[in-house]
Amino acid sequence: MKAHTLDALAALVPDGALLALPPDNSLSPGAFARALARRGVHDLRLVGVPVAGYAADLLIGAGCVAEIQTSAVSLGEAGFAPRFSAAVKAGTLRVRDATCPAIHTMLQAAEKGVPFMPLRGVIGSDILAHRPDWRVIDNPMADGGDPIVLLPALVPDFVAFHAVMADEAGNVWVGRRRELATLAHAARNALVTVERLVKGDMLEDERLAPGVISGTYVSAVAVAERGAWPIALLDEYGFDAAHVAEYARLARTEDGFRTYLDRYVHMREAVPA
Amino acid sequence: MPAIAPEERLAATLARLILDPSAPPARHIAVGAASPIPAAACWLVRKLGHDVRLSLLHKRTGNPFSEGSRELFDLTGQGRIDLFFLGGGEIDGQANLNLVGIGDWPGTTVRFPGSFGSAFMYMMTPRTILFREEHSPRVLVERVAHISAPGVSAPGVYRRGTAQALVTGRCVFGFDPARTRFTLTSVHPGESVESVRTNTGFAFDAPESVPFTPDPTPEELALLRGAVRAEMEETYPEFCARVWEREAA
Repeated sequence: MKAHTLDALAALVPDGALLALPPDNSLSPGAFARALARRGVHDLRLVGVPVAGYAADLLIGAGCVAEIQTSAVSLGEAGFAPRFSAAVKAGTLRVRDATCPAIHTMLQAAEKGVPFMPLRGVIGSDILAHRPDWRVIDNPMADGGDPIVLLPALVPDFVAFHAVMADEAGNVWVGRRRELATLAHAARNALVTVERLVKGDMLEDERLAPGVISGTYVSAVAVAERGAWPIALLDEYGFDAAHVAEYARLARTEDGFRTYLDRYVHMREAVPA
Repeated sequence: MPAIAPEERLAATLARLILDPSAPPARHIAVGAASPIPAAACWLVRKLGHDVRLSLLHKRTGNPFSEGSRELFDLTGQGRIDLFFLGGGEIDGQANLNLVGIGDWPGTTVRFPGSFGSAFMYMMTPRTILFREEHSPRVLVERVAHISAPGVSAPGVYRRGTAQALVTGRCVFGFDPARTRFTLTSVHPGESVESVRTNTGFAFDAPESVPFTPDPTPEELALLRGAVRAEMEETYPEFCARVWEREAA
């Protein structure tokens, strides 16, 4: 397996691509999102799996995004996602609201190669009223009178995330965060940044194998040390709350956001050790 | 002993609701993101010696699941999560929750973060405790602008439960799904039925005499300030510092 540079990895995503991203609790591809913003990709359709945070807000602010499908966009304790909120208000972003288990279920349908899967709940929510692609049918396995929602399979063109390591066989390791495996299985291409490359084949190690995503699903890998920053990476490093608070503060205004881009995206400033 | 902090009173109040013997049993409770007071309430229940499984979704290291964040929803779909907490940018008198926003869809006047798992969790969990510290007419409204998750469902729609109660910074309401209406259960010290009415956008019932929300017991306070705080430090350092550091000072 040949490792790409970070910018070469970002160059693989064409304008208009349907790009899925993990949330801010771990393994989010912070460095990759900054590389995409630096490249100036356009009209991305993002999928927040199941919610979106820093990376999505950054890409929205940088003018890279036409649409987002997600269950929420938030900076967690740093508050609302400012560029997302501004874009919704300005009407420059299409938002397809969802609810967390619906995002997971649509990806699980794609993983299985079936056209749809049912999900309980949701009936009576206005989310459903704004999702013409979600259907309600009468449960065909019951005697009638049991409405249930059907969700279409969701096949992202790309998923990008930051994993701990990649091996010589092209496998990557994400630990217990198995929804990333579902996401990689569902997407046409998985672009993965990693902290480090390791020798051998992790699928030969019983202790590592349960946390592995097989190289079958991985299209390209780049090494990006501290590539999740400012988001946490499992037990490797923690969430940089001070930086996300700084982002939230600057991104409150368009000018402040430009300052953030100059400082942390275009200048390629080194990540604090 | 230092004065009771509002957060301590809220945590003890939530703990009492969790342990309410008239409600379905809470064997497995899940707590979502950015919910330090509900998390403190759950830890208090545990430290009081009750055998309850807690799944805290935003622990900074580790997490309760091995199948990713979808496992919470799969567990809930099966009926294995007994109690969950939800809030909302708006909550109305029929216990509908709005986490989407205000103005035209999808929230062109004010956009909230989004619905998260509410449209599923509210319907598939036997018990939900609604919790929102801000108690004002802009949060507690007559009718939400958009429904992320409905308080009640039409007959025939599969649903395991709804709101047990709504706890705010001013009071505790109980919810009766048959009447789709809240009833004032208690007011926190410093509040009255009148002050609650003034600050609530929806109509609710109140008995002739509404008690004050009880203080935490000395045992509860000691646990909150000791064993509960110790469990909370990793995930909610800022909350712990704000609520409890003044006591250490």
